[in-house]
Amino acid sequence: MKRTLIYLLIGIVFGITMFKSEAASWYRIYEMFQFDAFHMYGIIGTALFFGVVTIQLIKHFKIKSFYKEEIHFPPKQKSFARYILGGILFGFGWALAGACPGPMFTLLGAGFLPIIIVIVASLLGTFVYGLLKDKLPH
Amino acid sequence: MEWIYEPWPWYVSGFMIALVMFLLIMVGKNFGMSGNLRTICTICGAGNKADFFKFDWKAQRWNLTVILGAIIGGFIAHQFLTVEATIALNPDTVANLQTLGFENAGETYLPNELFSSTIFTDAKSIILLVIGGFLVGFGARYAGGCTSGHAISGLSNFQLPSLIAVIGFFIGGLIMIHLIFPLLF
Repeated sequence: MKRTLIYLLIGIVFGITMFKSEAASWYRIYEMFQFDAFHMYGIIGTALFFGVVTIQLIKHFKIKSFYKEEIHFPPKQKSFARYILGGILFGFGWALAGACPGPMFTLLGAGFLPIIIVIVASLLGTFVYGLLKDKLPH
Repeated sequence: MEWIYEPWPWYVSGFMIALVMFLLIMVGKNFGMSGNLRTICTICGAGNKADFFKFDWKAQRWNLTVILGAIIGGFIAHQFLTVEATIALNPDTVANLQTLGFENAGETYLPNELFSSTIFTDAKSIILLVIGGFLVGFGARYAGGCTSGHAISGLSNFQLPSLIAVIGFFIGGLIMIHLIFPLLF
């Protein structure tokens, strides 16, 4: 119960951040792909700077989790095709819908009802991937 | 505290995203949002159609809770922490969007042409949102992650697969906006 509350609070901070950073705005995604503003690059760059420092410190000092458990970073499976092909398809969708899988839920909470269409379609896309998985190059 | 009502600057936003990732790691989890889409498919019974969805979804309840929080966070941010949800876009972007038929770009948080409540009767907008959403879901699972799992978590951990995926995100986004948008709008 207590842990569930912690996950919920982390999610709330994430949702507020996505909305207030404007990373959940379709316009900002368009502007990013037009290279018209530094905003999105600044957000991703800053997140990466602190992210790299954090993960390297955790690994170097073998920092334990808040629950005294060891922290593992499982390496991603080595491949090329799935990452480039899946990545390009994701990029098409990201630019068109202007929302990725986190912000689309934030936009739902913010009251933009048409985002429901995007969410349902993204579930359908995930489902169709599951059906075709073994036929696709990975 | 006035600043909180303004759009957050990029360095605050970026730091907060890293903080969210840090907190999730420190509670023994990881930062990746698109996995929830697979979990929801499983809850809806997709396991009967494909083995990909046969897994213990209850082990992912924590991440569904994070997403629930992201919904609540969106509500709080919009209702209580925002006075005017406008986007201060580059005037070049506004002009570009105007030529594509998007009026008054940036005066609302999302373009009315795609996200106003009147689009439910507009076949073209619905079709575009369906295609966009479908590709987000399909592509994220094919690539094994989205912006959070690859661009933030993966790159922070120097994962080459994540770099390939992020390059893919940008190839796709650039093709969509520069080559396909003029055909769509």
